[in-house]
Amino acid sequence: METIEEMARQVRCLTIEGIYHARSGHPGGSLSIADILAVLYFDQMQVDPSDEKNPDRDRLVLSKGHACPALYAALALKGFFPVDEVKGLRKIDHFLEGHPHVTIPGVDAPSGSLGMGLSQGLGMALAARCAKRSYHTYVILGDGDMQEGNTWEALMSAPHHRLDNLTAIFDSNGLQGDASVATQMGFEPVRPKLEAFGWKVEEVDGHNLEELKEALTSARTDVDQPVFILARTIKGKGVGFMENQQVWHGSSTLTDEQYRQALTALGDIQ
Amino acid sequence: MKQLSYWKRGEKVSLRDAFGRVLVSMAARRQDFYLFDADVAGGTGAKPFVSDYPERTLQFGIAEQNMMAAAGGFADSGLIPIVTTFAAFGTMRAHEQFRTAIAYPERNVKLCCSHLGLDVGPDGATAQMLEDLAIMRSIPNVTVIVPADANQLMSAFAALLDWQGPVYMRIGRSPAPVLSDGATAFQIGRADRLREGHDLTLIACGVMVAKALEAAEQLAEEGISARVVNLSTIKPLDRDELLSAARETGAIVTAEDHSVLGGMGSAVAELLIQEIPVPVTMVGVQDQFGKSGEPDELAEKFGLTAQTLVKAARAVLLKKEGRK
Repeated sequence: METIEEMARQVRCLTIEGIYHARSGHPGGSLSIADILAVLYFDQMQVDPSDEKNPDRDRLVLSKGHACPALYAALALKGFFPVDEVKGLRKIDHFLEGHPHVTIPGVDAPSGSLGMGLSQGLGMALAARCAKRSYHTYVILGDGDMQEGNTWEALMSAPHHRLDNLTAIFDSNGLQGDASVATQMGFEPVRPKLEAFGWKVEEVDGHNLEELKEALTSARTDVDQPVFILARTIKGKGVGFMENQQVWHGSSTLTDEQYRQALTALGDIQ
Repeated sequence: MKQLSYWKRGEKVSLRDAFGRVLVSMAARRQDFYLFDADVAGGTGAKPFVSDYPERTLQFGIAEQNMMAAAGGFADSGLIPIVTTFAAFGTMRAHEQFRTAIAYPERNVKLCCSHLGLDVGPDGATAQMLEDLAIMRSIPNVTVIVPADANQLMSAFAALLDWQGPVYMRIGRSPAPVLSDGATAFQIGRADRLREGHDLTLIACGVMVAKALEAAEQLAEEGISARVVNLSTIKPLDRDELLSAARETGAIVTAEDHSVLGGMGSAVAELLIQEIPVPVTMVGVQDQFGKSGEPDELAEKFGLTAQTLVKAARAVLLKKEGRK
């Protein structure tokens, strides 16, 4: 078994592969969740590609669906489909849709329209209680999700229902489609808002694997309230020329030169 | 175990009462469905279920978008969410959640909404949902059901629990005449021919079915033979029954408590114009918002009466004659 750090690196490489071959996609926000996905899929989540629909499996909803190149990379590395398939991203007659769809092996929820993910995860968590199952549900939210009204309905609802089997992870990279979050519609400070809503909030460096592991491990065992992991991240993390550059939000075409540069930065090309 | 107990023909019963009754009756028979409510169980008719099965009721408060997307996630477990609210909130406020989090992944969610059409009455235009059929039937994977009376609603609910995939069902508000005695098996996608006729066919849904039967009686007195079809499944359409009506009677009048834009009449016309183009006249609300008033006053004001159907029948017959 490779280290989680190595899995995160491979998630980033496959993300770049997919977006390069698709000639479009969202690299910035995909790279910012690579470490989160690596910890989830290779340390925390109970999922089995050979028993994909097991009713007791843990669930993941990628509410910021545009970051699916990274999700597909993680699923491929986990064994849900061959890693080479990421090159089919966004192509006609290929199963890797431009935004998540449940027909894709390992994908638990459709997303791509921001704001609906936390509610879907909340529904899964409620169902676990009703069906007396012990699976855990994770939802990854982006900055855009935090501006959608639907997200705040879900933020209100999860503590009301005392869903301690639900964990939200907010990929807070501070940049959105056209400009910074602070410019477009600032919502900081997040922590007091969420605490006032009844969430237990854990703030971490979203690229520090140990911090992520610790926060996610305790989130699984916390009782009586849902946990909100406020992960401070860097958009484009791992590829120098993309880091903190709003222009790499998407929908980006990578030149051959940029593609090589990115893979070199990630250590895939010596 | 409680048996489904039906009403007698001719009784006037709100479909909301039937909804509450069938929820409770079916809950005793099967454990696999849960009620999702947004603080309107008194309005949708679900109250008896909420009282009898609090542990199978999930409360979302006035937050329908969250409720709808949560239902999508919930259905993933194999348990069936029965999502209830007023039609305006279920089909508009939470429309995208229904489309993307339920219909797109074909999740097994049943959306049952009250407060539709002019039948809502005094609450006025904000709640009088006249666009829901147009909105819901245009989404892929969705089945759309409009029961005509209390007994049919109960049979329809039992049928939709056995149906795999997303369903939207209308629940009427004001007391409506019960059209048949006891149980009639409800088959999703099958229209019911309630009266034979050969000059034209009145195709109606919901509260307009009783009015179509009344109109057919009046037309018979004028020597016009009108067939009456209860089109209780708007999607998928019963093609055979509709094409037979066009072929055998050659003229169609549709009747719905809904806008004439995009609703049941449009669905019928879309099929016929491509298969057997015969004259069609649509009775419904003419691209307007509703207003306050009692349901029968509104029906009069907006032309949703048996009398309007009689006039529409005469008009469509003139078109049919003109073609010969």
